[in-house]
Amino acid sequence: MNRIIRIIFLDILKNKIVLAYTIILGILSWSSFGLEDNSAKGLLTILSIILFTVPLVSILFATIYLYNSSEFIELLLSQPIKRKKIWLSLFLGLSLSMVLAFFIGAGIPLLVYAPDSVGIMMLIVGCLISLVFVALAFLSSILTRDKSKGIGIAIMSWLYFALLFDGIVLFLLFQFSDYPIEKAMVAVTALSPIDLARIQILLQLDASAMMGYTGAIFKDFFGTSLGLLISFLLLCLWVVVPFFISLIKFKNKDL
Amino acid sequence: MKIVLYICLFFSSLLHANVIEVGHNKPIKSIKKAIALAKAGDTVMVYKGLYKEGNIIINKRIVFLGKNVPVLDGQKKYEVLSIKADSVVVDGFKVIKSGYATLEDPCGIKVYNKNYVVIQNNVLDDNFFGIYIQNGSHCIIKNNRLTAYGKEEQSIGNGIHCWKSDSLQIIGNTISGHRDGIYFEFVTNSVIWRNISTRNVRYGLHFMFSNDDAYISNIFKNNGAGVAVMFTKNVKMFNNFFEENWGDAAYGLFLKEISDSYIIGNKFSKNTSGIHMEGTNRIQVEKNVFKANGWGMKILASCSDNVIKNNNFLGNTFDISTNGSLVLNTFNNNYWDKYEGYDLDKNGVGDVPFHPLSLFAVLTERNPSAMLLFRSFMITLLDKSERILPSITPDNFVDNSPLMHSLPL
Repeated sequence: MNRIIRIIFLDILKNKIVLAYTIILGILSWSSFGLEDNSAKGLLTILSIILFTVPLVSILFATIYLYNSSEFIELLLSQPIKRKKIWLSLFLGLSLSMVLAFFIGAGIPLLVYAPDSVGIMMLIVGCLISLVFVALAFLSSILTRDKSKGIGIAIMSWLYFALLFDGIVLFLLFQFSDYPIEKAMVAVTALSPIDLARIQILLQLDASAMMGYTGAIFKDFFGTSLGLLISFLLLCLWVVVPFFISLIKFKNKDL
Repeated sequence: MKIVLYICLFFSSLLHANVIEVGHNKPIKSIKKAIALAKAGDTVMVYKGLYKEGNIIINKRIVFLGKNVPVLDGQKKYEVLSIKADSVVVDGFKVIKSGYATLEDPCGIKVYNKNYVVIQNNVLDDNFFGIYIQNGSHCIIKNNRLTAYGKEEQSIGNGIHCWKSDSLQIIGNTISGHRDGIYFEFVTNSVIWRNISTRNVRYGLHFMFSNDDAYISNIFKNNGAGVAVMFTKNVKMFNNFFEENWGDAAYGLFLKEISDSYIIGNKFSKNTSGIHMEGTNRIQVEKNVFKANGWGMKILASCSDNVIKNNNFLGNTFDISTNGSLVLNTFNNNYWDKYEGYDLDKNGVGDVPFHPLSLFAVLTERNPSAMLLFRSFMITLLDKSERILPSITPDNFVDNSPLMHSLPL
């Protein structure tokens, strides 16, 4: 299994796209931190990277990579290796490279300029978001054999989580504003990994406002160590569940 | 000639003051007895030790001096020190454990309707009310340290409580754990200077119906609800620090029905709301720093003719918020770190006006749970378009000359 991971990892490194992704993340983060003497603007830039760029690149790159390496997968399948092992190694190789790219590109500037609770939280959440969207890529690529359809599904799911979901939540909030929906809204955030990530960072970044009356309910849930644990568990579930579904599908797939 | 000499002798005998010493190894062991023996103008010097004498009443014009911090214990039953004479000086005591009663408000040290009293260098620990000036004038409360251990508003009194007084000086005191650190009601022409008021259950400073006062260079930190200034005119608030007042209804500075006042050179950091203004008129808010607050300023639509200029707004979640569309206040020459305009003529003032009120601040004001969506991409997009073409936010809520660089404050 280690050898397959190594082969995939090296293959991804040879493919210059991940390298370019790392460099772009690095340029964005270093320059936005260097722009002003306080780290606030840099943190906001990295926040939008985590909520926007990281999911997009992770899901698109992983999906396309999986489709392109279908022949390689078929070759592996002809060997006496378990299907589970192959799929898991593919996942580990891909997610390792995406996490590494994020860590080198955005993580190091974070640790240099904001080595506090905000920075650490962003680093962890960014890595988790990379994992989540690689897992979603596995799911979307296994759903259909058609490459363009698969990439379409990937883009659609990114669009949904990054944009549409918040629009729907905003709509619900104002439609049902006469009802006590705060608690329900906390539950609704569990339905989007990006929202989970964003709220965890918000609690660190905008503590003063979140501690206020509007944030009271969120603080009471997300701000406690139990809430923190639950939201991290939920994020991990967002990695495990899509990947597990794709694994079952891959095992039973007629290739 | 002789007559002049006699007159001089007569006056010098009047000037002569005795020192009456009280201590465990002195002839007089009881403070009450020493006060009974003293004449006006005498000094009662109390040496180190623990004195449990119930309620001590000073009803003569004496200097009441503690040597090496003698302890006056109220045993949780009595008011410790009651001052019922003009020009008394109380210096250098440790006053502990006053009684608790909601009708009489027993205090560590209380002044009853007297003037020119000086209370300085005392330590007050675990009292119901700390120092209470009732209907006094020209009193000085200086360099005292007041500590209490209040958990809820009902079971604890105020640190320095002043009622219906005039020309007081509250200087250099440290107050923590009381209900309100400093409480002013119907107090005029007074100054509150260089005090530190922290971790009080309700307000660091509570200020009502007290005209023509100034508070300068105080620190109000981590109080239950910050500082409240209400129903007052001509207040001067200079160079104070308002920090870390977090909570449901916590404000760095809460202003209600204030007029003709000045808020200059203060620093508001890490509060849920820096300044909350309700029904205020003609206030100058100048040269303040608002840093890392949830809301820099909340200016309700009932405020008018306030001028907000030359302030720095740095790293606040929302710089300004309001609850209506009526804008009767002016914003000028402030630095906003959220300003994204340009300065072609390089005069340090941005060429495009800045709308400090963000769409999302208005949305959360209407529907607080919308805070859930803050900083999401969707909201950022909406905010950006609102800033270019204001539709929901009032378009006259604007700083026409935003600064390009922060002021050195």
